[in-house]
Amino acid sequence: MNKVIAKEQLAEEVYRMRVHAPLIAEERRPGQFVIVQQDTDYGERIPLTIADADTDEGSITLIFQSVGKSTHKLAELEPGDAINNVVGPLGKPTHIENFGTAVCVGGGIGAAPLYPIAQALKEAGNHLTVIIGARNAELMILEDEMRAIADELIVCTDDGSHGRKALVTEPLKEVCERDPRPDLAVAIGPPVMMKFCAGTTRPYEVPTVVSLNTIMIDGTGMCGGCRVTVGGETRFVCVDGPEFDGHQVDFDNMIQRLGTYKPLEDDEHEQCHLEMAARDKEQSRNESS
Amino acid sequence: KERMAIPPQTIPEQDPAVRRHNMNEVALGYTEEQARLEAMRCLKCKNAPCIEGCPVRIDIPGFVSAIAEGDDDRAAQILKRNSLLPAVCGRVCPQETQCQEHCTVGKALKDRDQAVAIGKLERFAADREREHNGGAIPGIQPDTGKKVAIIGTGPASITVAADVRREGHAVTMLEAFHKPGGVMIYGIPEFRLPNDIVEAEIEGLRRMGVEIKTNFVVGRTRKLKDLIEKDGYDAVFVGTGAGLPRFMNIEGENLVGVYSANEYLTRSNLMRAYERDRADTPILESKQVAVLGGGNVAMDAARSAFRLGAEEVHLIYRRTEKEMPARVEEVAHAKEEGVEFHVLQNAKRILGDEHGRVKAIECLRYELGEPDDSGRRRPVAIEGSEFTIDVDTVVVAIGNSSNPLISQTTPELKVNRWGNIEVDEDNRSSMDRVYAGGDIVLGAATVILAMGEGRRAAEAINAQLRDEG
Ligand SMILES: Cc1cc2nc3c(=O)[nH]c(=O)nc-3n(C[C@H](O)[C@H](O)[C@H](O)COP(=O)(O)OP(=O)(O)OC[C@H]3O[C@@H](n4cnc5c(N)ncnc54)[C@H](O)[C@@H]3O)c2cc1C
Ligand SMILES: Cc1cc2nc3c(=O)[nH]c(=O)nc-3n(C[C@H](O)[C@H](O)[C@H](O)COP(=O)(O)OP(=O)(O)OC[C@H]3O[C@@H](n4cnc5c(N)ncnc54)[C@H](O)[C@@H]3O)c2cc1C
Ligand code: SF4
Ligand code: SF4
Ligand code: FES
Ligand SMILES: [Mg+2]
Repeated sequence: MNKVIAKEQLAEEVYRMRVHAPLIAEERRPGQFVIVQQDTDYGERIPLTIADADTDEGSITLIFQSVGKSTHKLAELEPGDAINNVVGPLGKPTHIENFGTAVCVGGGIGAAPLYPIAQALKEAGNHLTVIIGARNAELMILEDEMRAIADELIVCTDDGSHGRKALVTEPLKEVCERDPRPDLAVAIGPPVMMKFCAGTTRPYEVPTVVSLNTIMIDGTGMCGGCRVTVGGETRFVCVDGPEFDGHQVDFDNMIQRLGTYKPLEDDEHEQCHLEMAARDKEQSRNESS
Repeated sequence: KERMAIPPQTIPEQDPAVRRHNMNEVALGYTEEQARLEAMRCLKCKNAPCIEGCPVRIDIPGFVSAIAEGDDDRAAQILKRNSLLPAVCGRVCPQETQCQEHCTVGKALKDRDQAVAIGKLERFAADREREHNGGAIPGIQPDTGKKVAIIGTGPASITVAADVRREGHAVTMLEAFHKPGGVMIYGIPEFRLPNDIVEAEIEGLRRMGVEIKTNFVVGRTRKLKDLIEKDGYDAVFVGTGAGLPRFMNIEGENLVGVYSANEYLTRSNLMRAYERDRADTPILESKQVAVLGGGNVAMDAARSAFRLGAEEVHLIYRRTEKEMPARVEEVAHAKEEGVEFHVLQNAKRILGDEHGRVKAIECLRYELGEPDDSGRRRPVAIEGSEFTIDVDTVVVAIGNSSNPLISQTTPELKVNRWGNIEVDEDNRSSMDRVYAGGDIVLGAATVILAMGEGRRAAEAINAQLRDEG
């Protein structure tokens, strides 16, 4: 049982939660994640990156987007409630060193897993450029946090409602063209965005790390459900990753595998909304009577 | 002779046409009368060859005659002297190649299947005890102030926990998953081994004062070494099983709709995806499923596929039925339920549609050639014999290797080239105070062998703690 200590909404459908987990807070390193499960019998096990940790408080911070049934249920928790199961830290920590100059690209919710990595790269002495992008101003998260650690921050939105009107690949290309070119790129976000970021850096031969978000269950290498093809070989994201060489990842196959349960998940999601609507209606009826 | 004249008692089972649509246990268990009759078939052989066949040397004539005499409690007590999980072993032990293979009655009747049904009697006595006695727990010595950590909660670990706790040492079990029980919970399906039975055993451990910490991955949440150096455990037992799925390394294996058996069974059992209306974890609504392999795991996957709604299930195995490692009973059950067996065939590649979803499997026919190292005739592909079967799902069930999570994070721990932890005859590892047993040592083996290893390790741990005073 892990108590929710604090919760706030960062953007539409995006939440930040501080959860009591002292052992994980102590051991975790940038790039690692936890798996959370709400109901021990029927709940789903979903991976979420550890966005931050506080060893004094014994807590970890999760930032997640409510996209379906399990994240919805998580978003409904309030401080004082408990998450039944939280396990971690899982995955290999990010390889951090002073590479020289690093460019970190975060798309949408990807800014959350990016943050601890960017922070560690900065602390290791890298000159740090951060590019964050979102569909619109409302969906932009962690801008202030990133500004506080980056030597340079580029903000863009698809619709131009905040910062530059551009996809993140546009400023990324410009940064790659600089002299000296960056020694490292880190791109985290929706798979399509990571695919295009890897495509952008490839001609410049900038080593590019991506953090993959495949479907997981155990997170310990036992089921193989999280497998991806990297450089023609099968790798397990939960134990061999989550970070891989973006130039080697077969993104198309990964994106297809992420869609394995799409029809089933969409049904669930809709059911979820219907239930919520029914509950709201019930509530307003009670209130008016 | 009178005894020999008693016909073998057949255990009542759910009708195949019905059971392939439900998760309830297939074999319903002996009635009291059947159990007494079956037990009376035992000749109480002086040399008891059956005992030789049992890896934990249960006093078989002893417990069987107790059943014959109607003293089920005594039968259960005799069982518990050597085996901690008789209700489990009675169900899943490969009896026909262990105790029952050596049975005099079966030999006399020249039919292994007519041997005394030792396993089914074991199950009967254990179930009786659980139902009547509600899990009495053994006496526990006064606290010694020593503490032992046990990694994993499968049968090897359960055995160590009970045996070490009994001596008065504090015991903490660390389990990666959110539920304890190991493969018995996440792998072997409900229709063969109901979760209630395993949960009752775990509950028994809790009542003995064993602490169970779930959601604890040793190697990640804490390093093995830290358990000793920082947390002060006096001994550690590693019973982490063989959880690393093997794949075929063929084209199309990462298509949408290809599962390892571990994933398929974990989704279905542990995550309860078969209860589609209640469970949040999805599993594909497959219609035509191919399962690759011929062991217990493959049978479990194939039979689960029907219960998850499949209309056709094809089991594809490279050798012949004779070489299948699965228990005879499981093969028979699978066939009764309608699994189509394709022997001397093997998958060559998996074909996908334009969305990357499985649409067919291409196979090759095989014939048996010269015997290989294992003495089994080596299957050889027949060139040009390719053919395809239309399927929407493929489950790869060709075995498990040892999971490297602990060895990778514990360089001091010696493993062999297959990644199995090396131990001495007392199940001591190369690391001081660290013991190991079960599938992580043996490679994918059996419940009863895992328990046997656990027993030995527990003895060594207890001896170490006694010596240290
Ligand atoms: C290593 C890793 C780190 C992640 N970190 C974060 C994070 O910090 N913040 C965040 O918002 N999201 C993160 N995710 C993604 C998050 O796990 C999914 O959004 C979540 O599982 C969706 O579940 P759902 O039931 O709410 O939605 P659903 O509607 O069930 O699924 C939506 C989509 O999420 C993916 N998904 C579904 N089930 C799983 C599963 N069990 N494991 C992984 N993906 C799944 C599928 O592509 C699916 O189509 C991470 C994923 C991975 C693998
Ligand atoms: C589908 C299937 C069917 C089978 N059918 C039969 C059968 O009919 N008869 C039979 O005798 N045997 C059968 N077996 C084999 C039998 O289940 C195993 O041999 C036995 O369970 C091994 O026991 P164990 O104690 O070594 O470990 P396991 O039962 O494998 O348990 C290991 C436990 O350790 C946990 N763990 C792993 N790594 C860590 C870590 N780093 N930190 C914390 N915890 C960890 C795992 O989550 C797991 O719970 C079957 C196996 C499978 C998969
Ligand atoms: S434990 Fe297995 S081998 Fe031993 S008597 Fe029971 S069924 Fe037979
Ligand atoms: S060998 Fe068969 S008949 Fe003889 S004691 Fe054992 S179970 Fe009984
Ligand atoms: S999630 Fe099961 S192996 Fe990675
Ligand atoms: Mg979901």
